[in-house]
Amino acid sequence: MTVTQHIITIALLVVVTVLTRFLPFWVFSENRETPGFIIYIGKFLPAAVFSMLIVYCLRNVDFIGGNHGLPEIICILITAVLHLWKRQTLLSIGVGTISYMILIQLIR
Amino acid sequence: MKLKAFKAAFPHTIPVMCGYAFLGMAFGIYMNASGFSFWYPLFMSILVFGGSIQFVAVEMLVSPFAPVSCFIMALLIQARHIFYGLSMLDRFKNLGWKKYYIIFGMTDETFSINYSVDVPEGVDKGWFMFFVTLLDHFYWIAASTLGGIIGSLLTIDTDGISFVMTAMFVVIFIDQWLKEKNHASAFIGLGASVVCLVIFGPNGFMIPTMISIIAILALSRRKLEKAELTEAAEEAKEDTQLTDKKAAAEVTPEKKKNEALEAVNATPENNFKEQEAQG
Repeated sequence: MTVTQHIITIALLVVVTVLTRFLPFWVFSENRETPGFIIYIGKFLPAAVFSMLIVYCLRNVDFIGGNHGLPEIICILITAVLHLWKRQTLLSIGVGTISYMILIQLIR
Repeated sequence: MKLKAFKAAFPHTIPVMCGYAFLGMAFGIYMNASGFSFWYPLFMSILVFGGSIQFVAVEMLVSPFAPVSCFIMALLIQARHIFYGLSMLDRFKNLGWKKYYIIFGMTDETFSINYSVDVPEGVDKGWFMFFVTLLDHFYWIAASTLGGIIGSLLTIDTDGISFVMTAMFVVIFIDQWLKEKNHASAFIGLGASVVCLVIFGPNGFMIPTMISIIAILALSRRKLEKAELTEAAEEAKEDTQLTDKKAAAEVTPEKKKNEALEAVNATPENNFKEQEAQG
């Protein structure tokens, strides 16, 4: 990507972010009923989006050849177990990331 | 008036300061490790001011230029903000110009503070929310820029730092999973993305995935909403039994803050009814 393409991409993200944050104030007023489909999508979309984003993060991992994605699997398990146990967001992310860095730098 | 609002707002932002210091630095270091100078995290944090989306943006920027795909993906990731706005329609009334900045800076974190904190008597509500937003914005900009700068000075090997994004989404996923009763949506997202990844490969699977998720959700609306109604009814039964105990227990501000985010994510319309009833 060229720098111009970087700028266009970032500008798009700014536009979308501003749009989603301002939209309710432009479109819906307290007196007007929010469309049911919007409420429904808002409630059920996030879980689907975050599972999609996990797959997105792992899209280039080779589960068949190489190391079969073992570093990723192990560190996701570390992150998940730690989070279920302690419920400390930053601790889970920090330990998971550092474990991953150590693991892939060791087996390289 | 401003100073008073600032003093009232600051303590509420301290937890966010810690969180943003960590995530912002990680974001800056990650950008640096991906080959971007600190100007990128600096400007992105000023102009976008969003967590998940900025992490995903790094991936977008190192991939071939694909504006349509980026646009749709950003829309899906940021869609939840629409519901933050909906719950703030009333609260943001009559705030003048400050309103625009507060809406612009409505991240998950600023929302959770501005939504849940009862502004103390004698403190201007508009300025209070303005300073909450401004402080959070400042922490985020400072941390990510700092990460971008120290990233180039770090002597340790930053290989693997990109996993911070995976770990972040795993944690958000678990939080989401724990607070929802019906996991259908999580499975729809997981199933659609894995199937599309296998069919279309890593470079072209996101658009088909996003279209399938929306389509499947639209088609299963009746079923999912019905399942939810049944659950809500059961919950209501349990709630009436618990009400007496709950009323006796004092609700701490911290607890209230956590509950506010959960409530909005879990059941926006129930929430509105509650607000209407109160207002």
